[in-house]
Amino acid sequence: MAKAIVEIKNVNKFYGDNHVVKDLNMEIAEGEFLSILGPSGCGKTTTLRMIAGFEQQTQGVITVEGERVENKEPFERNVNTVFQSYALFPHMNVTDNVAYGLKMKKVKKPEISERVENALSMVQLEGFGKRFPAQLSGGQRQRVAIARAIINNPRVLLLDEPLGALDMKLRKQMQIELKNLQKRLGITFVYVTHDQEEALTMSDRIAVMNDGVLEQIGVPADIYEKPATKFVADFIGETNIFEAIEVSADAAGQVALKSEIGEITGTDSEFSEGEIVYLSVRPEKTLLSAAPVSGYALRGTVRENIYIGTVTKTTVILQNGQEIRVANAAGSSVPEAGSALYVYWNPSDAVIIHSKSGKIIDAFENVDLSEYVEGSA
Amino acid sequence: MRRRRKNAIKKHTSRVFSALVYLFLYAPIAVVILFSFNTSKRNVLFEGFTLDWYAKMAGNTALLESFKNTLLVAGISTAIATVIGTITAIAMFRYKFRGKSIIDLLLYIPVVIPEIVLGIALLSVFSLVNVPLGLGSMIVAHVTFQIPFIVFTVRARLSGFDRSIEDAAMDLGANRIKVLTGITIPIIAPGIVSGAVLAFTLSIDDIIISFFTTGAKSTTFPLKIMELVRSGVSPDVYALSTIIILATFVIVLISQITVYRANKKSVKL
Amino acid sequence: MKQGSMFRKKTVPLLTMISPVTAWLILLIALPLLYMLVISFCGTDDSHNIVFRFTLKNYAKLFDPTILSIYSNSLIIALLTTVICILVAYPFAYIMASTTPFRKTLMMIFLMLPFWTNSVIRLYSWRTLLGVNGYINILLMKIGLIEAPIEMLFTRGAVVLGMVYTLLPFMVLPLLTVIDKLDGGLIEASGDLGAKPAQTFLHVTLPLTAPGIFAGSIMVFIPCLGYFFVSNLMGGGTSQLIGNVISRQFKEAFNWPYGAALAIMLILITLLIVKIYTKTGGSIDDLGVM
Repeated sequence: MAKAIVEIKNVNKFYGDNHVVKDLNMEIAEGEFLSILGPSGCGKTTTLRMIAGFEQQTQGVITVEGERVENKEPFERNVNTVFQSYALFPHMNVTDNVAYGLKMKKVKKPEISERVENALSMVQLEGFGKRFPAQLSGGQRQRVAIARAIINNPRVLLLDEPLGALDMKLRKQMQIELKNLQKRLGITFVYVTHDQEEALTMSDRIAVMNDGVLEQIGVPADIYEKPATKFVADFIGETNIFEAIEVSADAAGQVALKSEIGEITGTDSEFSEGEIVYLSVRPEKTLLSAAPVSGYALRGTVRENIYIGTVTKTTVILQNGQEIRVANAAGSSVPEAGSALYVYWNPSDAVIIHSKSGKIIDAFENVDLSEYVEGSA
Repeated sequence: MRRRRKNAIKKHTSRVFSALVYLFLYAPIAVVILFSFNTSKRNVLFEGFTLDWYAKMAGNTALLESFKNTLLVAGISTAIATVIGTITAIAMFRYKFRGKSIIDLLLYIPVVIPEIVLGIALLSVFSLVNVPLGLGSMIVAHVTFQIPFIVFTVRARLSGFDRSIEDAAMDLGANRIKVLTGITIPIIAPGIVSGAVLAFTLSIDDIIISFFTTGAKSTTFPLKIMELVRSGVSPDVYALSTIIILATFVIVLISQITVYRANKKSVKL
Repeated sequence: MKQGSMFRKKTVPLLTMISPVTAWLILLIALPLLYMLVISFCGTDDSHNIVFRFTLKNYAKLFDPTILSIYSNSLIIALLTTVICILVAYPFAYIMASTTPFRKTLMMIFLMLPFWTNSVIRLYSWRTLLGVNGYINILLMKIGLIEAPIEMLFTRGAVVLGMVYTLLPFMVLPLLTVIDKLDGGLIEASGDLGAKPAQTFLHVTLPLTAPGIFAGSIMVFIPCLGYFFVSNLMGGGTSQLIGNVISRQFKEAFNWPYGAALAIMLILITLLIVKIYTKTGGSIDDLGVM
């Protein structure tokens, strides 16, 4: 990884008694596109606002380019922000909006107009300089907001759900444009979003936050394929999750587990007998069979098939009532509703999540596990 | 058929009714203008056209002095109240703090209680601490009742204000003073202007508060007229009033047309 | 260090912004009103100076029959003014609300225009119109309604007319706000459900616009109690208001403690009215700001 440009060390943020960011540690590398992803209220925007300087962390250290910033006002930091509401100055035209940062830095007039022109052409808004924000469409306002920020050559550009107000089609288009812009400029982008698809498409790395805690940080493929926590597995894409206890492992790393409903199989490099874990299987990796499959005691009934174009989604209800989602690629045969089937998967497609806190999983709390394991062996 | 006739009747009654209301509002104004050109000194019937009263008015220093005082008091008090009121409204919009509800309550008092109460309360305190009654005391009193109107109109304008605009300015390198003067105040300027205009008119037209808080030597135009009522108001007062009325009409109409055009332009926002 | 930065970022700007108004409001609103309360319990010496010795005699004098009759006269005038304002302003606001935006703006400008100009001179010129030999008497005789000129000026009616004339827009504005917000679909729904227009008005329109009527009534009723200059100009001293009595104590009789007691009474009446207003669901924010 390249040198860290932003470092967040043991940062906590309280609003009164409300603990919104908890022991956050994060390094943002120079030139990367990092998304902070999470549901609303997870602390992602607060984190961004602390980097920008609009909020002050209660504890911990934030450094930008190696320098501690807690005593620097937003106007003294070399980071710029693109706001969710765009926050364009309604009383200034596009040119004046974009030139604002340079004017504050007392840059000479000819240089300002040259750089404004460059910035506007970079976001494809040549000729819009005289318009006022009220006379622009949502997408155009978005571009002005981006131009207004990047013209200052910030070391880090912070983007707070910048595409949130746009419609689907424009959003997709802007995602690509933003990504290209970032590559071209080489500026570090910190991008806050609650849209997992957006984060997956655009980011070099994704930091997933939930309830003030950083759940996982990594490249998109790892986030999707190797979720570190149950929350990440659940939040990124769809998945089937089983709570289970690890029973035994073979030399190849294949692990036999015992779930509430019976035996299942996965792979785990960190096997530990008797540990309670989550096992997550994506719907597209979940398979159905008419005959029982060795290592999988998951019998269920097909409730319904929903056709959604590229795939058909099948819902299977297991004997304990758990719903399993299976995605069948278009064209493949789809089981009939009501038919009884067995659910299984390739052991290597299942991800075992070690519950970090070591806390006993809710579902097991009232179950005598030892008896369960012995009785079915 | 019947329905159409019903609608036509409705339309007619609406027009007649509105016309009567406007007649009620404008008849006295017409009288002021008409009688400023009247040859008779008694304001009873119009007897003939003359411009004498305008000449007489131009030489009536006491009357002109009172009008000058009115403008002076209104101008200074509006300026002070606008500054204090605008800053207050912005602070109350931005921050939560202890005692905010008390400030709110105190702001409502001059709006809700009868003016006469504030007038005599101020008079009592002025005499307690030996403040000489005159233009100065009157300005202080006017600022007192103007502040709430400024705060409320500016606050109404602020209620639609996106705070991240201030954040954005700061993010782009503007310090707090520059954010206030270059961003916040220009954006809420229409609210400040309409608040100031309202405060100015309230001051110019004020009788009750001025009556209690001014001294014998510094009278305002409304107070001067009240004083003249006993001996009879001569048409030179009407002449001055006519000029004021026409000037006001022109100013209000021009400003309304500007506002109307500006609104039409920026409806999209 | 952290505390210091909080102080720099929030406390300093807040204190700079809020202290002028706080000082002004405390020194020129809170303290004067408190001082008035204090002197209302004081007496005066022979040369009209306030003597700071506790007494209730100012309040006892409030129950003097002549004062009570002035109170009732004041309340009657305020009530009549309010009712007339409602009767005139309601249909007027309704017409305004249902016309085109351009006409509405125009009607609004011409409603407000007179109020940007001196109200004393406008009231005074009513004396020309209403006088015994004035144009209204001439007109009434011409159309045969009366045979001899009648005295209209210097009556309670003239005072009410002056009040209505001065305060009418304060009734129109809150009414216009509520009528503007009225959902036309509700009127249609009511008609669709079989209500005659009068029934719709009674059961739908009136209840929904009641908040505007209340707000307007307060903005008309309360000033009425204090507008002594209207009574001076139109009533010529025949129709006394609370405001006239208070004003006389301060400017002629120099019995400030008694005047203060009268003013305290007026505040109590005001508070009672506002309390009833907020208790019945009215918002204090709807009062006062135009």
